[in-house]
Amino acid sequence: MTVSPTLDRRFREAAAAAGLLDVAYDLTDSPIGTLLVATTDRGLCRISFDPEPDRMTEELARAFGARVLRAAGPIEPVRRQLDEYFDGRRKQFELAVDLRPAAPFSRDVLRRLARVPHGEVTTYGALAQAAGRPQAARAVGTVMNRNPIPIVLPCHRVIGANGSLVGYGGGLERKERLLKLEGALDATLDM
Amino acid sequence: MDDGAGLGHAIDGGEANPFDVPDDSRPHTPSLTFPGFRALEKMMALVQQPPFERFYEDHRAAVLGELRRLLGPQAAEDAYQETFLRALRAYDRLRHADNLRAWALTIARRVAADQHRRRDAEPEAPEPSLDTRPAYAELGELAGALPRKERTAVVLRYGYDLSYAAIGAALGSSEQAARQAASSGVRRLRRRMQ
Repeated sequence: MTVSPTLDRRFREAAAAAGLLDVAYDLTDSPIGTLLVATTDRGLCRISFDPEPDRMTEELARAFGARVLRAAGPIEPVRRQLDEYFDGRRKQFELAVDLRPAAPFSRDVLRRLARVPHGEVTTYGALAQAAGRPQAARAVGTVMNRNPIPIVLPCHRVIGANGSLVGYGGGLERKERLLKLEGALDATLDM
Repeated sequence: MDDGAGLGHAIDGGEANPFDVPDDSRPHTPSLTFPGFRALEKMMALVQQPPFERFYEDHRAAVLGELRRLLGPQAAEDAYQETFLRALRAYDRLRHADNLRAWALTIARRVAADQHRRRDAEPEAPEPSLDTRPAYAELGELAGALPRKERTAVVLRYGYDLSYAAIGAALGSSEQAARQAASSGVRRLRRRMQ
């Protein structure tokens, strides 16, 4: 018995509207590929590049609870702000984030990261210093690599002390693309 | 039903201890005779409660099919949403991931029965609890081999205790026809069980 798209959508939206979900997620297109975006009742909890939905729903269920469902409604504000960002009309995200699964050090670093402005870059060392652990540049690198909410928490704005891009969870090409979009890298400069 | 939010995955006190493995030094070959295996399997089921998305994807077609069988295509659509909302409300209290299909269908049948009661405009019956009621399931299985009309009539009459007027409405026929369908269904079942 095939469930019609209308019936399916109606249930998904009703479930979200009734506040019964631990996590709502959906896929959205962007200039740097399809993104999986997930939110809880506290805020944005995950953005994933090259998403494999099966693996992601399991990961989300382990982190936030088993009631994980694809539903467009709850992620709509995130989708809109991402579109505006990629269009160059938004320099700052106004979104609550849910970092409950992150360890205290990671959470602290990610919160400081959130304050690095559009169009600027910082270094792993500077971020470690800001977090009160100047020797922890490498640990900061790991936190960036595992950043659950890339783009919105702008780990692409963190580069090496010598100016090299170093690495990016979503691949260096994307990091470069985002920095060029923000005007932090000369678009004509061949990296 | 409330067993303390957040502890829904806890192992039931009465169950065998999954860590109680008689001789841990022997190499473990999973076999059904290995005494710890059943317990281990149970523990894995607890751990493996799927994300609701997967549960929904896996069972929605069966649920819609059952609802259409019981209610017809129109009413089935409302009941579909209600069924999965109820499943969602109970999902974090599920104690194991065994036979989620049967669980989903049980909820669907209760939603169908509630719709009949409402259609009957009889006083609202108390919300049935979510614990499984094998009587329904057994009846459903027994009646499974009957022709469609008889099966629906038997299940609604003896499984859900609906009036013949309500069953007639569900079948799109008269009270009289519902009565006949139920009784010929019962006769057929009796013949088969002899």
